[in-house]
Amino acid sequence: MTSTAAPERGRRRHVGRERLPWPALVLAGVAIAFFALPFLGLLWRAPWGDVWSILTSESALTALRLSLWCSLWATLAALLLGVPLAWLLARVPFRGRGLVRALCTLSMVLPPVVAGVALFYALGRRGLVGQYLDDWFGITLPFSTAGVVVAQTFVAMPFLVLTVEAAFRQQDTRFEEAARTLGASRWYVFRRVTLPAIRPGLVAGAVLAWARALGEFGATITFAGNFPGRTQTMPLAIYLANEIEPDEALVLSLVLIAVSFGVLVALRDRYLGSGTDAPRP
Amino acid sequence: MSLDARVTCTLGTFTLAAYVTVKGGETVAVLGPNGAGKSTLFRCLAGLLPIETGRIELDGEPLDDPTAGIFVRPERRPVAVVFQDYMLFPNLTALENVAFGLRARGTGRAEARARAASWLARVGLADHSQHRPRALSGGQAQRVALARALATEPRLLLLDEPLAALDAGARGDVRRDLRRHLATFDGARLLVTHDPVDAYALADRVVIVEAGRVVQAGTLADVSARPRSRYVADLVGVNLLTGTGQDGTITTTAGGHIIPADPVQGPSFAMIQPHAVALYPAPPAGSPRNVWSATVTDIDRHADRVRVRLDGEVPLVAEITPAALDALALRPGDHVWASVKATEITTYPA
Repeated sequence: MTSTAAPERGRRRHVGRERLPWPALVLAGVAIAFFALPFLGLLWRAPWGDVWSILTSESALTALRLSLWCSLWATLAALLLGVPLAWLLARVPFRGRGLVRALCTLSMVLPPVVAGVALFYALGRRGLVGQYLDDWFGITLPFSTAGVVVAQTFVAMPFLVLTVEAAFRQQDTRFEEAARTLGASRWYVFRRVTLPAIRPGLVAGAVLAWARALGEFGATITFAGNFPGRTQTMPLAIYLANEIEPDEALVLSLVLIAVSFGVLVALRDRYLGSGTDAPRP
Repeated sequence: MSLDARVTCTLGTFTLAAYVTVKGGETVAVLGPNGAGKSTLFRCLAGLLPIETGRIELDGEPLDDPTAGIFVRPERRPVAVVFQDYMLFPNLTALENVAFGLRARGTGRAEARARAASWLARVGLADHSQHRPRALSGGQAQRVALARALATEPRLLLLDEPLAALDAGARGDVRRDLRRHLATFDGARLLVTHDPVDAYALADRVVIVEAGRVVQAGTLADVSARPRSRYVADLVGVNLLTGTGQDGTITTTAGGHIIPADPVQGPSFAMIQPHAVALYPAPPAGSPRNVWSATVTDIDRHADRVRVRLDGEVPLVAEITPAALDALALRPGDHVWASVKATEITTYPA
C-alpha cells in the first residue's frame, strides 16, 4: 500500500500543477498578497522597542483578559444553544425550516451595529424582554460584561450552527439506528455515537464562532458600551487607542492577530476546510 | 421463542403487506429482488419504522400493535440486528463495539468488557479486541457485528444482507463461519437477502417477497420444486408458464397451448426444465404433442451448455449442447421449432 501510494501521489501532484492555468495562479497570488499585505503593514510599523511595556500595561492586559473571557463564554453559549438548533435544522423536517434557518443566521450577515441596536430594543432596560428581566430579576444586560457575551453570542453562533448542521447532515444515520437496536436510549446515542461522529464539525464550528466573538466590535459597542474592565474588549480598546495612542493600537492588533492565527494554524487541516471525518460505510 | 409478524407499512407509493413467522432455533431467509420491501420489513421488525396495521409479536408479547396502541421502541426490544455494512462504530475498538449494547443497558464497565471479550473469543477474534473497525477485514467486521448483536442476549436476531459487503472471494468462508455461529444462537433468526445462495446455505425456510407481498414461503426445496413467480423461476433457472387448464390443455395468457401428461383444471402453473426443451429446424415428426414455433432472441454460451432464449406464443429458455447449437447453426432472429415431452411438464394450481 505505502510503496504504491507514494509515486501515485507524486504523479497526481505533478499533473495538478500542469493543469492549473496561469491566470488562475496569478489571481490566487494576488488574493494571497491581498490578505498578507495588511499584516505586513502592521509588522512594518510596529513599535518593536515598546512592545513589551505596552503589552504588560494594565489597560492592555485588562482588555485582553476580558476579550478572552467573554469570547470563551460566548463560544460555550453558542455550543449549548447552537448544537441542539443545528440538530433540529438538520434532522427534523418541519414547515418553515428554511425560514427558521434564515432567521437564525441573519445576524451573521447583518451589519453588527444593527445587531447591537436590535439587541438593545429586545434586551435593553426598556426592551421587549429586557424590561421584565429588569423588573422581575433585576438583570440588566446592556453596558455589562454579560451584555458583551450576549452580543458576541448573537453574532457568532450562526457560524457554529451552519458548520454543525452540515456535520449532522453528512452523518450516516444508520450508525444511530444500530446503536438504538443495541439498547441505547436517544440521549446515550447522542453522546456516544452522534457527538463523536460530528466532532470535527463541532470543533470547526466552535473555533469559527470563537474567532468571530473575539473580533466582535459593532454589536458590542452598541449594546454593551465601551467601559474599560467591564465591556471594553480588545477590538474596542484598539479602536479607541487608534485615535489617541496609535502605537498601543498596533501592538494590541498584533496580539489579536497572533492569537487568532495561532489557533487557526493549529487546527488547520484536521478540522477546517477539509470537511468532516464522518464515518462512512 | 418465536416471531409472528403481520406487517402493513406504506412508504410513499410503496406498500408492504407481509406475514412472516420464525420459530426459535430456526433461520428464515426473506428473499426477494431489490425494492421488494425486504428492508422495510426488516426496519419494522427492528422497531426503526412503526407499522400501520397488523401486529408484531415475539414469544406472545406484542412489540408493535397499532390498534392496541403498543409500540416498543427499538432499544427496548429483545431484537438484535446485524446491519448491511455492519455499522461498527468507527471511533471504538472491536471490544468497545461489542460492549456497547451492554454499556447502553447499564452494565458496569468492567463486566461489560469481560463479557465482550468472551464474545469476541467465541467468534475467534480475541486477538483483535483492540483493533478499530477500519483495521478489520470484511469477514472479521461481520463477526464483530454478530458478537455485538448477540452480546445483548436477544430473542430475535435480524441479519440484513450479511454477506453483501464482502467480495466474492471471501464470501464462501464467511458464509460457512456465519452458519456455524448462527447455529449456536437458540433464538429466532431472520435473514434478509437477495442472494439465493445465502438463503440456501443459511436458512431452514425461505419467504419470497416481491413488490411488497409474500408470494411464496416454505423450504427452499419446496419453493424451487414449485416456483410461483417469475422471480423464483429465474432464481432456480426454470421456465415457468401461467395459464388456465381445460380439457387437458393449458392456455397461456399469451395464447399458447401446453399439453401436460396430467390434465389440469383452472388457473395453473406449468414448469419446464430448460434441458427438456428440444430444438428443431423444421416441425418434428413423431410423438411430441407440445411443438411451438419460436424466434431466437438471445444465445448465451456457458462452458458446456448453451442457453437459447426463445420468443413466441410459449416463451422459453432451452438448454442445449454446443454441438447441437453448431448443428442447428442458430443466430438471434432465426426461426426454430421447440418441443417438450408431456411428461417433462410439471403442473400445479396457481
